[in-house]
Amino acid sequence: MKNTLMILLFISTCFSVQAQKYFTKSGNISFNASSPLEKIQGVSSTASTVLDATTGNLEMAVLIKSFIFEKALMQEHFNENYMESTKIPKASFKGKIENLKDVNFAKDGMYKTKITGDLTIHGVTKAVSTMADFKVTGAKIDAKTVFNVVLEDYKIDIPGLVKDKISKSAKVEVNLVLEKMK
Amino acid sequence: MSISITHYMKFLYIVIFISTFLKVQAQSDTTDLLSLLGDEPTTEYTTASFKTSRVVNGQSIENTAKGVMDIKINHRFGFFSGGSYELFGLDQAMIRLGIDYGITDRLMVGIGRNSYEKVVDGFLKYKILRQSTGKRNMPISLSYAVDIDMKTINSSNPEVNKRFWLRAYYTNQLLIARKLSAGTTLQLMPTLVHRNYVATIAEKNDVYLMGIAARQKLSKRIAINLEYYYALPNQLTSDKTNSLAIGFDIETGGHVFQVFFVNSNGTDHRSFLTETTGKWGNGDVRLGFNISRVFTIVKPRE
Repeated sequence: MKNTLMILLFISTCFSVQAQKYFTKSGNISFNASSPLEKIQGVSSTASTVLDATTGNLEMAVLIKSFIFEKALMQEHFNENYMESTKIPKASFKGKIENLKDVNFAKDGMYKTKITGDLTIHGVTKAVSTMADFKVTGAKIDAKTVFNVVLEDYKIDIPGLVKDKISKSAKVEVNLVLEKMK
Repeated sequence: MSISITHYMKFLYIVIFISTFLKVQAQSDTTDLLSLLGDEPTTEYTTASFKTSRVVNGQSIENTAKGVMDIKINHRFGFFSGGSYELFGLDQAMIRLGIDYGITDRLMVGIGRNSYEKVVDGFLKYKILRQSTGKRNMPISLSYAVDIDMKTINSSNPEVNKRFWLRAYYTNQLLIARKLSAGTTLQLMPTLVHRNYVATIAEKNDVYLMGIAARQKLSKRIAINLEYYYALPNQLTSDKTNSLAIGFDIETGGHVFQVFFVNSNGTDHRSFLTETTGKWGNGDVRLGFNISRVFTIVKPRE
């Protein structure tokens, strides 16, 4: 009995636990800061994300210059005046899935998750929390979340001249298709 | 003997098992997950070297973006030296109305009509090199601009009235610009103006100039500009002077307002490059303003 247990323990160490990681380099992030006077919407489709399914750790980064707007001048102002993207090229998130035990990555299905962590925009880091939908299909996860960002919190200044044209908070929508990392 | 070996083996297994477990934990906690993806080097292209496609009168390295139309309204008052009778120049007015359009992000076209000597102008500007850092390093931006000015005012010379192409003036320019920092840009403009018709032998048909322009941002939305074109000697009659303009750019959501002082009369290339006679020292300086308003005609396809 003892020997069998030893053998089992030994065998289990041979299959050392590999952390199951999922990733994408083409995550879709869009934000909307429109007001009744002006449509302000930017979309990026090159967000990078890595999810560690074993620990629930989630990290995301996106280049500010990858956001595309309908109006070229709006895109230029976004980078040059509001986000100062030459100084601060990326926005990032580092956090984890709070209710990791509720998610079974090995079983196909829809899972509601709570994600908390640090969101860094324009060089300012703030603790955030949001609900996200995870749809597991084999080795693929469709992750989706929507949350609000108050521009002032991240020192994004809106000049008095255009304060009625830009909403004080932006609605951010994240859509990711994560695949298992080899 | 056999008992000690079994105990030793048991201990060994437990140690190995625990160490694998610990190793996994360490990996997840201290490794930066995103670094697993590897960072691909990207090229960052310099943008917004100037706030609009003109410095004051002449071209800047900036192009109108693809699918965007830029309405240009240029206004010049009269010379200060006109004195109080002319309300220091405010009594006089000259205008250029123009429309610029971005065909691609590198190629733009523009047409305009100047009230001074009733000149119709058209130009093309092509961006050859874009300043960039990162994967592709390019220290300067380089553009080529070609402008045609057609003087449509009735001429006192019957030859000009008879032969249409004597009214044409061509300006060829290379624009070499470098954004030195977030707020500072420097630009050089080697220029050649070809004039089909000149009044006297002392005036050359081909005039070579070297232009220099500089921009310094004073705040997020206000910048100060300088534009100077130096004509090489022995090409123009001695009454001609070099064009110098100093002014401010004020940018709002969709407009750029430029307010400046300049010693040139006209707003078309032929006029301010080769026919400026005003002397800054004499007060032959006029107040001018340009308004630039962009409209998106063709939205970028996502």
